[in-house]
Amino acid sequence: MNNTVKLHYIVDGEDFTRAGEASADVKKNLRKLGVPPDVIRKVAIALYEGEINMVIHANGGVIDVEVSPECISMALKDQGKGIEDVEKAMQEGYSTAPDEVRSLGFGAGMGLPNMKKYTDSMKIESTVGVGTNVYMTVSIS
Amino acid sequence: MNVLEVAKELSLSVVVPGEGAAREIKGIYCCDLLSIVMGRAKADDAWITVMSNINAVAVAVLADVSCIILSEGMEFDEACKERAEMEGVCVLSSDLPTFELSRKIDLLLNLS
Ligand SMILES: Nc1ncnc2c1ncn2[C@@H]1O[C@H](COP(=O)(O)OP(=O)(O)OP(=O)(O)O)[C@@H](O)[C@H]1O
Ligand SMILES: [Mg+2]
Repeated sequence: MNNTVKLHYIVDGEDFTRAGEASADVKKNLRKLGVPPDVIRKVAIALYEGEINMVIHANGGVIDVEVSPECISMALKDQGKGIEDVEKAMQEGYSTAPDEVRSLGFGAGMGLPNMKKYTDSMKIESTVGVGTNVYMTVSIS
Repeated sequence: MNVLEVAKELSLSVVVPGEGAAREIKGIYCCDLLSIVMGRAKADDAWITVMSNINAVAVAVLADVSCIILSEGMEFDEACKERAEMEGVCVLSSDLPTFELSRKIDLLLNLS
């Protein structure tokens, strides 16, 4: 694998049952590219958490993934309601998830902490009323 | 002992065999909140839960658990079964509560 591989996804904000398709597809692609399983697991979980957040909290968005020989970079962009206090949102257990998604098993307030835990770098840019961009990288070594 | 052999030994129902014949249970993880599972479950754990919806299948794939075991008599609907089949996820079920189920598996496999 010498070249950079680029993947692009549009995440539907309506359909809960389809949430996770982008992460599943990234997982398949990484496997084909011969990326080590532990790296794939980290990327897949971090991306799924971000994807689900876009569906639950932001009515969908777009995901771009770049795979180079050294690392995997992910950019998740939405035009949802934004996060008022990013530091607070990053705390374990903080969640504004509505009851109907809690009954599906979401809303533990562990998504953003998981994204931090499983990636080597993570940056959130968010403006209330405008949207949220999340950038994550996982190095392959 | 693969996952399907464990199911047989403990009389658990096989909802979807998936890749159960090719996987082994290396640990047990019990929780129903999906993000906590993704943060804490280890690859090859048996994941015991009452959360019987389609997102559980996605989480099982991402966390790379060896199987989902539905406790307390929980059931998968057709859409969930189809998704699990498609993804190769082994799904078992039992009427037993989560603790008793974990205990039986641990006694059989001596995991802890
Ligand atoms: N893309 C987003 N747009 C707007 N708000 C967001 C976004 N992502 C996260 N948030 C806010 O940050 C909070 C914490 O997110 P986090 O993923 O940690 O927990 P959760 O999604 O509520 O529950 P869990 O991920 O455990 O199922 C959310 O409840 C929400 O208020
Ligand atoms: Mg979340």
